[in-house]
Amino acid sequence: MAGAATAKPDCLAAKDLLGIEPLSRDEIQLVLETADTLSDVARHPIKKVPALRGRTMVNLFYEASTRTRTSFELAAVRLSADVVNISVQTSSVVKGETLLDTARTLEAMSVDFIVMRHGSSGAPHTLARNLKASVINAGDGQHEHPTQALLDLYTVRQKLGGIEGKTITLVGDILHSRVARSNLIAFTKMGAKVRFCGPPTLLSDDFSTLGAEVHHDLKTALAGADVIYVLRLQFERHRMGLMPSVKAYTQRYAITPERVKWAKSDALIMHPGPMNRGVEIAHEVADAPRSVIVDQVANGVAVRMAVLYLLEAGRTKRAAAAGGAS
Amino acid sequence: MASRGPVPAMDATAIDRALVRIAHEIVERNPDHLNDLVLIGIPKRGDNLARRIAASIGKNAGIAVPVGVLDITMYRDDIGSRASIPKPSDLPGSIDGKTVVLVDDVLFTGRSVRAALDAVVDFGRPRSVQLAVLVDRGHREFPIRADYAGKNLPTPSGANVKVELSETDGRDQVLLEEAP
Repeated sequence: MAGAATAKPDCLAAKDLLGIEPLSRDEIQLVLETADTLSDVARHPIKKVPALRGRTMVNLFYEASTRTRTSFELAAVRLSADVVNISVQTSSVVKGETLLDTARTLEAMSVDFIVMRHGSSGAPHTLARNLKASVINAGDGQHEHPTQALLDLYTVRQKLGGIEGKTITLVGDILHSRVARSNLIAFTKMGAKVRFCGPPTLLSDDFSTLGAEVHHDLKTALAGADVIYVLRLQFERHRMGLMPSVKAYTQRYAITPERVKWAKSDALIMHPGPMNRGVEIAHEVADAPRSVIVDQVANGVAVRMAVLYLLEAGRTKRAAAAGGAS
Repeated sequence: MASRGPVPAMDATAIDRALVRIAHEIVERNPDHLNDLVLIGIPKRGDNLARRIAASIGKNAGIAVPVGVLDITMYRDDIGSRASIPKPSDLPGSIDGKTVVLVDDVLFTGRSVRAALDAVVDFGRPRSVQLAVLVDRGHREFPIRADYAGKNLPTPSGANVKVELSETDGRDQVLLEEAP
């Protein structure tokens, strides 16, 4: 490498984490390496460090979530931040408050991080533009879910020793999946090849313009794959007519023990959860030794700790630079 | 006017002699606890200093002292103001009931040691914690002092004390860089 290469980052440059798209390869690498170290904290006698003491994080979820919300909460707690959970059912949103008013109310209470899940693509971006707090996108519509992609990168790197040159096949409901979109960008950025596979109604050929290899035949999609990434059939987002029937889907696309053999013999099985067992993934596959679905959940906490910490480091750095300049 | 270049404050021989003396002092001051001594270095240079002191204790007193590394990044009070990527800590087993000697290269404001004390107690309950540093340069901002100091080096507060070790920098020396 030439000596003129720019210095490696030691924090996330942006105030917010809205998607994988704006992250540089070096920033992604930094998150993964920081998560390596922070995964140790869970094994300490005292499972927390004081890095974010006195900071407040709000989980603002407009869509149901157990694992992502809990994962962010644990990540914050292990860094000693205080956490407030707001779900729409218990908030003023049901009284008609706008998104921005809700956010301004939270900011008036000196919140530092807002972790947001929303059904509309771009909702976290609206918040981020209008608030001083760091906004972390925990899933917006069918757009992005960056921390899921980061923990998936981390898991593949941990289990296969690297990401570059690997082939990841994502199978299922690509159309409705922000996980598929974020993972496509993330794995491509890190030098892996991404294949999408699903029925034409759930996977249009347009996805090839985003850099994915588009397959409608599962066998060819799995040939030589290092990772079989099974997506959840998102029944709640389906309009009528996208699938003739669940049975028709499972006949062609469900990941069964027989079909797993079409991929590399040591291929990993991944799923972002929650699983529809017996629909997109067979019981035996979900619980197979090559399934790393539980590791994905465990790694989620360390990766989210890294994101929170590196956003905070960036914020302090910017504040110090601003103070020094005045 | 050009500022003066860095002034040598310790050469390789002086560093070696200082570490051997610290090793002797640690043994002298802990006669009843030689078997539960643990040296814990604070990166990035304290860990190598700790290994050298342990080797010296081994040579002179015939005791194998376990050495660990303690990363204090997540315990600092100035996140983001310096290179702040955490590195793993690696302690040699439980520190409960042990006599822990923290090892750092330079004692200045005392903030690193404050952070290290917080980090240590999160890993266990040592019988006592002592502090060894290669250079004590003054200007404390906390009520912290070194139990073992290789050299007391009076410095202007704006100056910089740079410790170089062969393991990380290719050679052993301590430099005093004057404030610009």
